[in-house]
Amino acid sequence: MTMETVLSVKPFLAVLVSLVVIPFIVVSRTQNMRESWTFIAGTIKFLLVLSMLPLVLKGKSVVYTVVQIFPDLGIAFRVDAFGMLFALVASSLWIVTSIYSLGYMRGLDEHSQTRYYSFFAVALSATIGVAFSANLLTLYLFYEMLSLATYPLVTHHQDRSARTSGRKYLFYILGGSIGLALPAMLITYHFTGTLDFAAHGVMAGHVNSGLALVLSLMFLFGFAKVGIMPMHSWLPAAMVAPTPVSALLHAVAVVKVGAFSVVRVFTGIVGVDTLATFHINEIICTIAAITVVVASLIALSQDELKRRLAFSTIGQLSYIILGVGLLSASGMTGGMLHIAMHAFGKITLFFCAGAIFCATGIKNISQMKGIGRQMPITMTAFLIGSLSVVGLPPCGGFISKWYLVVGTIESGQMLLLLVLLGSSFLNAAYFFPVFYNAFFLSEPEMTFENRVEEAPIWCVVPLTITAGISMVLFFYPQPFLNLAKLAVQSINGG
Amino acid sequence: MVNTLPALVIIVPLLAALVVAAAGFINKRACFPIAVGALSVSFLGAAALLVRVVNTGVAIEYRFAGWAAPMGIVYVIDHLSALVLVVITAVALVNLVSSKQTIDREFKDKEGAFLSLYVLFTAGLIGMTATGDAFNLYVLLEIASLSGYALIGLGKTRAPLATLNYLFLGTIGATFYLLGVGYLYIATGSLNMADLAAILPGMQNSGIVLFAFIIMLSGLFVKMALFPVHGWLPGAYSQSSSAAAGLIAPLTTKVTVYIMVRICLNLFSVDYTFHHLNAGDILVWVAIATIVFGSLSALAQTDYKKMLTYIIIAEVGYMVGGFFLGNRMGMSGAILHIVNDAVMTLCLFMAAGIFLWKTGTEERGDLKGLFGSMPFTMAGFVLAGLSIIGVPPTCGFFSKWYLVSGGIAAGQYAFVAALIFSSLINAVLFFRLFEISYFEPFADHHHGSDKSAGHGGAGAVIREAPMAMLVPFLFVSIMLLVLGIYSGRIVTNIIHFAIPAGVI
Repeated sequence: MTMETVLSVKPFLAVLVSLVVIPFIVVSRTQNMRESWTFIAGTIKFLLVLSMLPLVLKGKSVVYTVVQIFPDLGIAFRVDAFGMLFALVASSLWIVTSIYSLGYMRGLDEHSQTRYYSFFAVALSATIGVAFSANLLTLYLFYEMLSLATYPLVTHHQDRSARTSGRKYLFYILGGSIGLALPAMLITYHFTGTLDFAAHGVMAGHVNSGLALVLSLMFLFGFAKVGIMPMHSWLPAAMVAPTPVSALLHAVAVVKVGAFSVVRVFTGIVGVDTLATFHINEIICTIAAITVVVASLIALSQDELKRRLAFSTIGQLSYIILGVGLLSASGMTGGMLHIAMHAFGKITLFFCAGAIFCATGIKNISQMKGIGRQMPITMTAFLIGSLSVVGLPPCGGFISKWYLVVGTIESGQMLLLLVLLGSSFLNAAYFFPVFYNAFFLSEPEMTFENRVEEAPIWCVVPLTITAGISMVLFFYPQPFLNLAKLAVQSINGG
Repeated sequence: MVNTLPALVIIVPLLAALVVAAAGFINKRACFPIAVGALSVSFLGAAALLVRVVNTGVAIEYRFAGWAAPMGIVYVIDHLSALVLVVITAVALVNLVSSKQTIDREFKDKEGAFLSLYVLFTAGLIGMTATGDAFNLYVLLEIASLSGYALIGLGKTRAPLATLNYLFLGTIGATFYLLGVGYLYIATGSLNMADLAAILPGMQNSGIVLFAFIIMLSGLFVKMALFPVHGWLPGAYSQSSSAAAGLIAPLTTKVTVYIMVRICLNLFSVDYTFHHLNAGDILVWVAIATIVFGSLSALAQTDYKKMLTYIIIAEVGYMVGGFFLGNRMGMSGAILHIVNDAVMTLCLFMAAGIFLWKTGTEERGDLKGLFGSMPFTMAGFVLAGLSIIGVPPTCGFFSKWYLVSGGIAAGQYAFVAALIFSSLINAVLFFRLFEISYFEPFADHHHGSDKSAGHGGAGAVIREAPMAMLVPFLFVSIMLLVLGIYSGRIVTNIIHFAIPAGVI
């Protein structure tokens, strides 16, 4: 690959800024001061990421080596189009989520907020670290850092159910990364002699079909954050966390780190050519398609709103894997784009779930009858978020789904096309009743007797913003679409 | 000055042991500074030697009293021994500095005896590492062992019994080693390692040499607590006092592994060990059994110090298995793990010492609420745990990196599986402890006020360990990260020169 590179410390700074700010968060004397530090770090991080966007859009990549651990391998960053796409999503949504945390955590008077904000900052550092990794070792390092930083957030309530969920979380996430991804990484390193991400992967010519298949599956299941079945059940369990955690981490950062890692390894390490020659992509697509359908069916039966959203996320993540597994230009573009589009839609839905809980204390969908008349802004945002996740205009989700559908047709995978369309119906079937019940029931059917107010302003503003962005992305998908196209170009071309 | 450094590194602590013992009768307050001073000199000397060896690339030989080998006793400081010397002196020094208060409390009026034994034990280990003479090694092994028995015997109420058990097995181990040296002397007429290494290749088919090899290694296996001759270790280490455990647990097994490496590589030669005898395969399987057994036994413990002792046994399996893979990756991993595991074990036992100091027991249930009351200690403890689990960028990850790579290169996938299995068990072990200190005692309400915006949970009062314990502990836990980052450089600049060129 003859891609021009620019040496700059910016990627490292973007990772570091949220770690550096933690001591300030801890010693802050007032809540407002503490939260200002989060916003300062979030803004700097976002601006740092943004400042590299023009270079990346010109087809250049930004590189920086932090420390050379082995003679040919170290902790190193390389910002390319795909990494930029993910980093933009994560760093921009961190700011929005921090606003939301303000309203939610104070609204519910949660304990240990200092710890909460500190580990949130660590999690964001790790997320950006994954996005900008230049090799698999660096990616693995930040992946593990994210797993561990998220644990105190998932178990924030420190009660028995938090402990149970925490165990499940560690069992799948750490078990997967140590038990499968780590040995797969070392076996790859042994056979190929490198772990640097390359445009066409590094496995071609070094491994036979059996080994390539085994390694691909070890990575797919080992990076359990992507929630491919049967490694998915940590995600519904993790819903015990405070809602801002579920929103940013379990709709955007953590789960997308899983998807990102898998895609990165498939394209940068295994290589699309190897996937195609040994027909590994067909197996991957099949596994992803099964996850899409089964997760959507399970989501139908969930009454707790956050759990329904969690199963929806499991299905949506597999769209990303499915898209990349198609190996056609449109399919891969759609898969990568879905990281961004789904993020804005799903985070809106989680914000809404949290706002409802904050205002009314209700978690179950069956108790939300008529809630739309009491909380019109929240529920309108919920509709927009649902439209985006289902993949309907005028929302961003439509664009990524469009590319995915075109991708299946390009590859001649009619069965997968049916899966995509069928699961979209299922998505609609589990989201629209919520909205319908909220607004269109007659007076006697409503379960709301007392009037409730909208959630605190700092809960409502963020969900309006993300709902707005979801719609804007339908009309102006360019920043993300161009990045996704560029990323696919560098994988297929060169 | 530089030429006498190898002698100073051992003689200073050896003499200091006597001085400390004498000072114990005259002025008890002088004991501690003398011990710290002696170990500091020893540490600086070892560090200077390592720098010199790395810079010049040539081993330093020191002849005691000017007698030439093979008649006289020589000390050989090469890449391998210099590295291990630095580890021994550093661990002994840091642990001593952090144990001042524990020693004052637990050994009231016996400081002189305890510190004298402490320094003597360290001197024994230093000598074992530096000596180039197989019999001199036995003498120093006994110095270290006897002072080690005494140090452990000074521990809790059941310590004398555990020590007796250790003494029986330890003596068998040492005697086996001595017997092996005796057979070698019969066969070759020499005790000098370099001299032996020159003679032995001509006698590869000798039954006496074979028997010497087997019995020397068996003795060392007892001393390093390889499964199934590990029985003495858990009792001895868990019954000893914090200060003694922090010295003995990180070092004894590691130095014994070093002796094993030294004997196999430089005395019997790679060719004899791996090609002529083909000892690798069976010993890797013994190592696998050790890892699995150690991990599962650790899982069964409710006393966390006892749990740590079984982790040590599993880690011995890492090193023995890695070394007997017989390739450069595996051996590098084994030697790197001597360094990394010494620091990790030190860190864990220092943490155990702090917990004991604060809570008074070693039951894991008593770790309740420590994240709130001792956030800094717990941060260090979490780092140590992550290193044992093998999370990057801690040093434990990079040991595992080399060991697993070595296993893959050798096609020993059972060893790879055992390492991964052990990592997963370690994750369970440590998160079980983290859970207790994080979740318990369960609060009645979770929406407590957070107006103070301070550390930890609502209303948690920070009651950290004394600074004199906490600062060295945090230093060691940060070293876990530093060592991790420098792992690759330690291997390429030091360890690669310690492994004979023939090993690929």
